[in-house]
Amino acid sequence: MFIEIRVHGRGGQGSVTAAEVLAKAAFKDGLVSQAFPAFGSERMGAPVRAFCRVSDKPIRIRSEIHTPDFCIVQDPSLMDTVNVFEGLKPGGIVVLNSEHPEQVKVPAGAVLKPIAGTRIAQEVIGRPIANMVMVGAFAGITGLVTLESLQAAVKERFGGKVGDLNAAAVATAYQAAKEKK
Amino acid sequence: MARQGKQEILEGATAVAHAVARCRPEVVAAYPITPQTHISEELSTIVADGELDAEFVKVESEFGAASVVLGASAAGVRAYTATSSQGLMLMAEVLWNMAGMRLPVVLACANRSVSAPLSIWCDHQDAESIRDCGVIQIYAEDAQEACDQHVIAFKVAEDRRVLLPVMVNLDGFLLTHVFEPVELPDQAITDKFLGKYEAAFKLDIDNPMSFGCFTEPDKCMEGRWMIHDAALRSLGVIEEVSANFLKAFGRNAGGHLEEYKSKDADTILIAKGSICGTIKDVIDQARDKGRKVGLVRIKTFRPFPRAALLAALRGAKQIAVIEKGGSFGAGGVVTPEVKEVLYDAGLHIPVSGFCVQIGGREVPADGIAEIIERVSKGEKQTAYEWFRLKKELLPDLVPND
Repeated sequence: MFIEIRVHGRGGQGSVTAAEVLAKAAFKDGLVSQAFPAFGSERMGAPVRAFCRVSDKPIRIRSEIHTPDFCIVQDPSLMDTVNVFEGLKPGGIVVLNSEHPEQVKVPAGAVLKPIAGTRIAQEVIGRPIANMVMVGAFAGITGLVTLESLQAAVKERFGGKVGDLNAAAVATAYQAAKEKK
Repeated sequence: MARQGKQEILEGATAVAHAVARCRPEVVAAYPITPQTHISEELSTIVADGELDAEFVKVESEFGAASVVLGASAAGVRAYTATSSQGLMLMAEVLWNMAGMRLPVVLACANRSVSAPLSIWCDHQDAESIRDCGVIQIYAEDAQEACDQHVIAFKVAEDRRVLLPVMVNLDGFLLTHVFEPVELPDQAITDKFLGKYEAAFKLDIDNPMSFGCFTEPDKCMEGRWMIHDAALRSLGVIEEVSANFLKAFGRNAGGHLEEYKSKDADTILIAKGSICGTIKDVIDQARDKGRKVGLVRIKTFRPFPRAALLAALRGAKQIAVIEKGGSFGAGGVVTPEVKEVLYDAGLHIPVSGFCVQIGGREVPADGIAEIIERVSKGEKQTAYEWFRLKKELLPDLVPND
């Protein structure tokens, strides 16, 4: 097993944290994982990428992820400037934060899974920061990590009330995505 | 087995800070610089939280940071700093002094390109440009090794047969900013392993002593020879400490070299740092295709492990050195040293040098595969190739052939 995930977002949306939490959750599930940002001098609002690898063997490779199995796209406006489908493996899934997926041109072989990430974040957390929602939806769609591990990772990462709210958002997104699946 | 021990997912720099804290330095001084910052930031938090009984000295520059740890070490305590790139350049003068005064300071270099052009990304030119100052240099492949090598670094530096600063190199961003499984050095084992710090000599009003004093031409050379001699003797100490580390912690973090599938290899790659992880994956793929290829990873770069390297390379038919640096107007830094080892042994194995990942430009796996393919086919030896240089970016005034 060797799974590669690429997270697309904008500076300030918590894409690196999304990759980090996914890696921690996978690790809690007994797998080996690695997460890292596309290193740069990130600015608020600029397109950013983060990467996560999950395997059942030690991970040695340190290149960026060029042929992901999955992509998580936090901001639909990225689709205008960034080719989030680039290098996606045949049958690869893109989990997109969007309520208007009909506007997205999906290349052959790619599967689009839209989720109303920002809306769920606003409703559950009270803030339009959708990174943990997207990770929850990702888990619901792919089954790569368990909801329990993901919630535990989220609570450890944020702690306190923010941790609880984000863990609740993860559960909401997980269930919503699973039902849709 | 994929997982072992009490691993957790930690960010490389954060993990290093906690590993350093478990070595219980009494003075830490550092100045923030990307990509090192998370190490000193986390250490300042650890000190502020009262988890480490140390003085964290805020300084105005890396020259200040290095000077503070030099002074602290001379005053008789365990001292630590961390830096990158321009910060290391600013420390350079002090590092020569530390080595000359035989002060066992440990520092980390989160390897980063040196200006200009300004780049915050990883290559090895910062560390390699202070190659000759008497500071021992070791290189980590992953976050775990970066942590463990700090424990080894203190033990080697403080050994009475050595008494030299040790610099742990970890690739900027690639290792400082990665989240991956790490088992922090156990506190009780680390305490036992390092022991309570006793300075070999220190500034003491009851026993006055000068450090870094003036020498006339009749004595200076001997002082310098003693640095050289101590650095050479540290080779044995590094082996001994690394073996003891393995026994105490159950992890193989030190030593001079790692030999990966190189024992029966016709083509041997040589590299240091985090790129070796990617190289190992590519070697496995090449092996599947029947290519007899292996890697010799340099973990100790200064002192240069000539004997170990010779033994590891003796059977090779061709060698490729993959470097993240170089010496402008000459060629590689590691490549000529490898050639020297072979030449002195009367071995005429072709050695090709490849300059990669300058300023953080990634060499994906296919780049490594290309180098293996070219070299193992017996392509004519190349002195030092700037691998995949984008000639189309060069201005017209540069003759472009």
